[in-house]
Amino acid sequence: MLIERKWKKWFYFYLPMAVFIVFTLFPFYWMAVTAFRPDAELYRTWRQANATPFWTLEPTLEHFKGLLQTTAFPHWLWNTMLIALVSTAISLVCGTFAGYALARLKFRGSEFLGTAIFITYLVPQTLLFIPLADIIRDMHLGNTPWALMLTYPTILIPFCTWLLMGYFKTIPKELEECARIDGATRFGAMVRIIFPVAIPGILSAGIFAFTLSWNEFIYALVFMSSAELKTVPVGVVSELIRGDIFFWGQLMAGALLGSVPVALVYSFFVEYYVTGLTGSVKG
Amino acid sequence: MATVTIRDLNKKYDGGFHAVKDVNLEIRDKEFLVLVGPSGCGKTTTLRMIAGLEEITSGEILIGKDVVNDLPPMDRNIAMVFQNYALYPHKSVYDNMAFGLQMRKYPKTEIETRVREAAGILGIQSLLERKPRQLSGGQRQRVAVGRAIVRHPEVFLFDEPLSNLDAKLRVQMRVELKRLHERLETTAIYVTHDQVEAMTLGDRVVVMKDGWVQQVGEPLELYGRPANRFVAGFIGSPSMNFVDVTISESGGAAWASAEGLRLKVPPQFAEAMRARLGSRLTLGVRPEALHLANGSDAPEFTLQTSVDVLEPLGNEILVNFRAGGAPMVARVDPGVRLKAHEPVRMALDPQRVHFFDAKTEAAI
Repeated sequence: MLIERKWKKWFYFYLPMAVFIVFTLFPFYWMAVTAFRPDAELYRTWRQANATPFWTLEPTLEHFKGLLQTTAFPHWLWNTMLIALVSTAISLVCGTFAGYALARLKFRGSEFLGTAIFITYLVPQTLLFIPLADIIRDMHLGNTPWALMLTYPTILIPFCTWLLMGYFKTIPKELEECARIDGATRFGAMVRIIFPVAIPGILSAGIFAFTLSWNEFIYALVFMSSAELKTVPVGVVSELIRGDIFFWGQLMAGALLGSVPVALVYSFFVEYYVTGLTGSVKG
Repeated sequence: MATVTIRDLNKKYDGGFHAVKDVNLEIRDKEFLVLVGPSGCGKTTTLRMIAGLEEITSGEILIGKDVVNDLPPMDRNIAMVFQNYALYPHKSVYDNMAFGLQMRKYPKTEIETRVREAAGILGIQSLLERKPRQLSGGQRQRVAVGRAIVRHPEVFLFDEPLSNLDAKLRVQMRVELKRLHERLETTAIYVTHDQVEAMTLGDRVVVMKDGWVQQVGEPLELYGRPANRFVAGFIGSPSMNFVDVTISESGGAAWASAEGLRLKVPPQFAEAMRARLGSRLTLGVRPEALHLANGSDAPEFTLQTSVDVLEPLGNEILVNFRAGGAPMVARVDPGVRLKAHEPVRMALDPQRVHFFDAKTEAAI
């Protein structure tokens, strides 16, 4: 590293970094503080003499208790988990094969197909849910988990396909050719050699797909109506805001619990995730 | 053990690029054949067609007596070593070497015996549990070769296997490959762009350029009797000197002359030159066929010039000078005392002079 004057390093590096960290983490902090704050403190004005807006002196678990006992939150959590896992699995299987085909097989229209898949990814969900709602109704899937398990892949498959296509392209062709000479069929070489080598890429696609379906809002809002069947993002918003009353404590407790699984998934796979995005396999 | 026969082989890519043109080769059993040429000459494409990794546009490839044009790579009983080694990064060295045998459903004990035997030959017994990323370049190279030899294939294919190694290791591995070939007695086809590798390894060498085979021959044959100007310039380092000359007759002998240069055409060419009087030819002379003139050299085979740059290499000195409007290099004895810009008289060995047609570039 180049030698720089100390103040320069502070000014150009640490200061912007500190601003950035505060900016990104403050909402999480606020969410956590609010979830543990007793109601009495929540609905008190800031101007009061003993107000402590940035921390609480009497942390409480009552919001968590209320959330878990009086609402369908455990159901929401289970629904979200199941739907996210199934749709991620479907998308990964399809995306892996499609990405491999687009990266390796030369066939007529393969480039057009690649671009077409990318374009479908660009169509906003806020438009797509209208025709999809029609399809869901015709197939009588409304208000069942299948409505989401089958519609999430419409966004996730293009995404996984593109990410994995890029990853497969970084794997040297010779690996596969060598496997072919060693006696593997094309499919065998793909399954035995290319997929194991592509695990970092497949995992990052999986993490991304999981997070996207975990946080999805519009389809979940439109296709699910029973309180029991909702997912966390929709359930928290629709059941904990009644009219113009916001149950801030429970809302924030729900948001906090809802973000825990995603955070766990990220922290477990963070190493794979980074190599997956930066690519590169050395022979 | 097998021969490989290539008949009228052509490769045209979809974009219209004609990579390999009418290649005919007969590779003998147990022979070490080297394909050499500059990049883009079609040597790798030819090898890949033999391996079955590239479709054949027209022509035939036979391994033994069987046409293999439409056989997938796995059914050709060949093994290939790639330039970037192509080791499976998620498998241990042992599994890398065993993979080909596992795919062919060999019994476990047989696989174990063969892998250990190959590892013994290559001196990598202690590395069998490691992953490829824990190996040095030379070790990876050995594993790649080991993976090829465990299968006991009929033909080995090597695609520039030494290019990714540093210079010293390359020389060492070159010797090891040659020793290995002698030991295994398997037909081998080896692609390289390095003419030194080609000359040292090959029983015969095929020189290619722009998809055409230029010449096929034993290393010393290519060096001593190049078929055309390209082969003459490609084989040998520093490469052959070329001067454009005009042929004329004077006093019953043919003379080759260029700007500031007049040399007698050696007698072995006298017959051929009679038909070419007045035409322009290219004179070729290797750096080692030039020396500083002394009293015993006939004056009609010497030329007057001055030293341009000296490159003392220790075992020899490369003297750069200009003659007949072209830059030339001579290899001289390191004991000679020379200074830059000093006038010198160079003599050439009349037995080792080459002439090439200026247009077709074919040797005369």
